[in-house]
Amino acid sequence: MTISSQLNAPHSLDDDSSPGKVKIRAKNLVAGYGESNVLKGIDLDIMANEVTAIIGPSGCGKSTFIRCLNRMHELVPSAFADGQVLLDDTDIYSPSVDPVLLRRRIGMVFQKPNPFPTMSIRENVLAGLRLTRRLRGAAADELVERSLTGAALWDEVKDKLDEPGTSLSGGQQQRLCIARTIAVEPDVILMDEPCSALDPVATARIEELIDHLKTDYTVVIVTHNMQQAARCSDRTAFFLLGEVIEYAPTDDIFTKPIDSRTEDYVTGKFG
Amino acid sequence: MTSRRTSREYEHELQQLRRKLVVMAERVQRMTLNAVRSVVERNSQLAADVIIEDRDVNREEIEIDELCLLILARRQPMASDLRFVATAMKMVTDLERVGDLSVSIAERAISLNGAPVLRSYEDIQKMADITSEMLNITITAFLEGDARLAETVIERDDEVDDLYHRLANELTDNMTKHSDTIRRSIDVRAVAKNLERMADHTTNIAEMVIYMIRGKDVRHMGKQ
Repeated sequence: MTISSQLNAPHSLDDDSSPGKVKIRAKNLVAGYGESNVLKGIDLDIMANEVTAIIGPSGCGKSTFIRCLNRMHELVPSAFADGQVLLDDTDIYSPSVDPVLLRRRIGMVFQKPNPFPTMSIRENVLAGLRLTRRLRGAAADELVERSLTGAALWDEVKDKLDEPGTSLSGGQQQRLCIARTIAVEPDVILMDEPCSALDPVATARIEELIDHLKTDYTVVIVTHNMQQAARCSDRTAFFLLGEVIEYAPTDDIFTKPIDSRTEDYVTGKFG
Repeated sequence: MTSRRTSREYEHELQQLRRKLVVMAERVQRMTLNAVRSVVERNSQLAADVIIEDRDVNREEIEIDELCLLILARRQPMASDLRFVATAMKMVTDLERVGDLSVSIAERAISLNGAPVLRSYEDIQKMADITSEMLNITITAFLEGDARLAETVIERDDEVDDLYHRLANELTDNMTKHSDTIRRSIDVRAVAKNLERMADHTTNIAEMVIYMIRGKDVRHMGKQ
């Protein structure tokens, strides 16, 4: 199988993706915009079926890093990236990889919930499949129910699937976006501050959902909320000025970090 | 890298917690020495003062616990701050118990002072000196963040245990030979036992100080 066919092929949840395996490997990843180097050679292994949190002060490169993981970074006109990002040992920056299809394998949920405004709840869930196939009838219904159930939203919307996605509350919209992401059966779900725009109750529901999602997916979450990182993640990477300062089990990062810079950040001495 | 937290209020709360712990520790250390003095010098007034001072220890325990809860609720501390607050909550329990044990010694003093002197209290004084020194060193280790110093405290606990066992055996021997000394022997033995338990509590605090500094839990090691 060629590199592109490996990455461009639809992924099944039955594929081998077990805890203890490296799912994404960044190797000497350098990235930035124009003359500005934001990431200065990142080496980081994201483990399969775990939640990895990325924390750090503003401007440290968290969002740039996560956007490099599914090549959304290159959508910015002056952006550049060098080095390797391997998804299951395959370099996603290989010229033969279709970035659009890659983003089905590595989906993203953004800070501000963004259901497609002209689409119904049902259509939002099915939107991602339009690129490669159209589902109809019972198959579509089954996928919609499965995805919304996976996003812990089914019970709340099952009787109003034809209503606009934007008619939902903020927290529900974010779960709808998660349903849309998982409908295409990704390997990885990237979340860039997914709860920043949500109230505490909605946040708690998303955090609970994140814990369930890792059963089937690998999750990477960028958050400026350290307590959220402590609650939700298995491992945490602390970024500072474009470098990974410390990467360890989350419990260790927040109870006994090794690097004094990590210690200073999590105890609020800067950031 | 700055050494103070961004939130001055938070910094103040942590410093306040630190100060309160030291005040409480110094108080119970003083109570320990005064309680033993009240035995050795046969000074029942001093014993009464120790008993009254325990009210301050109890009040301090409650204040420190409340401050810890406030810090946890408001600040959700992490890393060394989290370990510090967790240590403080445990320390305060051990310190309060040391205060109670001082009261118990003082009560025994009042009982002993109403009867003829049983024996020399040299060994009691030695136990008290070691225990007081252990507490002093633990406070210093806590203030200076010196885990090695805290380790020396743990090593000394056996010394106090040995002194207690020797004294307890002597008293038991004495009681079997002289039944008229039983009441007083029980009181002296209780004083020694209280000092031995104070040393245990001080050891607990030293272990927590090591955890606070290093993030490593050394409790129950070597006690299999």
